[in-house]
Amino acid sequence: MTDLQFIFQRYPGAKRDALIPILQEVQDVQGYLSRDSVIAVGQYLGLPASKVYGVATFYNQFRFQPLGRYNIQVCRGTACHVKGSLGVLESLKRSLGIDAGQTTRDGLFSIEVVACLGACGLAPVLCINGEFHGNLKPESLGKLLSTLRKEAAANA
Amino acid sequence: MQIEVNNRPIEAQAGETILAALKRAGLSVPTLCHMEGLLPSGACRICAVEVEGQRSLIPACSYPVADGMKILTHSARAVAARRTIIELLLSNHPDDCLYCVRNNNCQLQTLAAEHGIAQRRFSGLKSDHTIDISGPALGRDPAKCILCGKCVRECEEVQSVAAIDFIGRGSKTRVGPAFNEGLNLSSCILCGQCVMVCPTGALFEQSHVKQVMAAIQDPEMTVVIQHAPAVSVTLAEAFGLPAGQDIAGTLTAALRRLGFDYVFDTSFSADLTIMEEASELVQRLTSGGTLPMMTSCSPGWIKFMEEFYPDMLGHLSTCKSPQQMLGAVIKGYWAVKQGLDPSKVYSVSVMPCTAKKFEASRPEMVHDGIADIDAVLTTRELVQLIRMHGLDVLALQAEDADRPFGERSTAGKLFGGTGGVMEAAVRTACFLVTGQDPEVMEVEAVRGLAGVKETRVKVGGLDLGLAVVSGLGNARALVEQVRQGRKDLHFIEVMTCPGGCIAGGGQLLGVDLAGVQRRLAGLYAIDAEGPIRMSHHNEAVAELYREFLGQPLSERSHHLLHTHYHRRDVVR
Ligand code: SF4
Ligand code: SF4
Ligand code: SF4
Ligand code: FES
Repeated sequence: MTDLQFIFQRYPGAKRDALIPILQEVQDVQGYLSRDSVIAVGQYLGLPASKVYGVATFYNQFRFQPLGRYNIQVCRGTACHVKGSLGVLESLKRSLGIDAGQTTRDGLFSIEVVACLGACGLAPVLCINGEFHGNLKPESLGKLLSTLRKEAAANA
Repeated sequence: MQIEVNNRPIEAQAGETILAALKRAGLSVPTLCHMEGLLPSGACRICAVEVEGQRSLIPACSYPVADGMKILTHSARAVAARRTIIELLLSNHPDDCLYCVRNNNCQLQTLAAEHGIAQRRFSGLKSDHTIDISGPALGRDPAKCILCGKCVRECEEVQSVAAIDFIGRGSKTRVGPAFNEGLNLSSCILCGQCVMVCPTGALFEQSHVKQVMAAIQDPEMTVVIQHAPAVSVTLAEAFGLPAGQDIAGTLTAALRRLGFDYVFDTSFSADLTIMEEASELVQRLTSGGTLPMMTSCSPGWIKFMEEFYPDMLGHLSTCKSPQQMLGAVIKGYWAVKQGLDPSKVYSVSVMPCTAKKFEASRPEMVHDGIADIDAVLTTRELVQLIRMHGLDVLALQAEDADRPFGERSTAGKLFGGTGGVMEAAVRTACFLVTGQDPEVMEVEAVRGLAGVKETRVKVGGLDLGLAVVSGLGNARALVEQVRQGRKDLHFIEVMTCPGGCIAGGGQLLGVDLAGVQRRLAGLYAIDAEGPIRMSHHNEAVAELYREFLGQPLSERSHHLLHTHYHRRDVVR
């Protein structure tokens, strides 16, 4: 856990109120909160791991699995919502068998719910590894996912 | 001051909550999240009452009384609100009562029945949490959890273990160990105090009833049972008698009716423990051993030390607990003497404790594939067995326990409550150091239910600092002091559960402080009656040394009655 020391250094003598900012920094560095880092943060702050995990799971912003090879950001901003982004999200969750914040077992896909991607003209919109996919319908997801699977297999 | 409740005046004291005032006046409102002795959390709102001049309902558990306050505890509005809360709690509940450990003994079920709830009003999504039976002593069924938070607070605020917490938010909130893993990977020390406070069937012990019944049915097996000091002063309550009554003789008779071939008394091996532990203390005092010495008969406390203070393990006495000592002697000495094959002896204990199940399963407690103890029943499981067999316990004639392990001093019996090990040890240490019995038996300063008790006693030329703590929050504070260099203490008794075994995590549910107090008084009454009040005067113990062990701390003793503990890596 040496790579977390440089974060902890910026919070000398920190107490419980530093928990959220530290977790945010750890996630920025590691992309997620690993089991080891949750324990390490707890030890640094003198908090039980159960508490750190409990607090972290209270907030949607934290994830506990590394991002998938394709991180699918689902926009849940107002425009996308009006255009049916909830249906897209639900259908995505069903086809991948994971929840928002989780990663598929093969490590290929993860789902992240974001507030507004700023591409309201394309609503409802997904952003996959920086690339936008707009005007989506739940039905069109299957094709999108299989394209990505093929691409991954080709580049394996 | 005076307040008015349901149009009648009652006395109230400034600064107390409405709930406290109601209780004293013999009135009640239901509570689900309230915990005696801890700050109110106000999580459940089931205790809400109507207070004149207040627009919304007021939680009685957290709101202070005021002079002249007018309260309605069961106004139509208050009752309707309570009903709604219960209906909401039931909205995602599995309705498993018939197959639930807490059937007929569940606060949620009782509340629903009392409020005449016969139909589901709200239909929520049933939670699909998996049952966790990974722990060696406890299980969890989060689907039955109503998120009252009592277990979380008990574990953190009282026991300072914090193995469990709320996870997630909203409708997906649940209670569990870090990473939502099994209890077996967590720092849980299996004290069972969370089970004692849980209003539902979400937390429970891993039952050994089936194994025990199978052993009894097995014609090849000789089944022996030992009962812990705290059990005989508790059991009567399950059958409608007042708390604290000692029914050891009736208990023995009942255990024989259940089919146990031999009934022994763990208080015998409590005496044996004292012989070893007092000798160990004297040896440490005279030969520069690690001090203060800390007792080792409470398995939750041992696990706590292994997890949180591995650097301090040298302070623990090497003595096994009375349960394990008796187990070792039953198979390692008695069975052989009886001409029995130790592998055909099934050794059971009845304990006020869930952690004893864990202790019995520790690898240190198994030799050549033979476990010192094969199964551990809690007081609750014993009651279940008795009921299953339709035994009318109170109609039974008292019987004596079997020799030689049925004999005990009252000092051994005192092990059942906080301070008891200390008192018993001081009596025998006095004899070991001076060759004379103490003139006064009672060490008043270590009696009573206080969580921290300290005193100094003179034993011969020695001036000893003694501390007695119960509840691991208190234990942690003391261990920290010792770690930071506190030097005036020589001997520390630690019991994991607040109040000691009489309030153990395997005891009957629903007892209050007054009941625990009466159980403790029951132990003191037994001690006052005597006749044998010192472990070193237990004739059967003396004979065991003469015939087999030699003397305390002998090689045989070390082999059978002592052990060592190790650092334990868990999620902390
Ligand atoms: S917890 Fe209570 S209400 Fe729920 S199934 Fe068990 S007995 Fe019934
Ligand atoms: S058994 Fe004790 S340590 Fe384990 S979760 Fe319950 S209260 Fe905490
Ligand atoms: S497990 Fe029991 S005590 Fe803990 S929050 Fe759930 S209902 Fe309350
Ligand atoms: S008992 Fe008062 S709010 Fe729960």
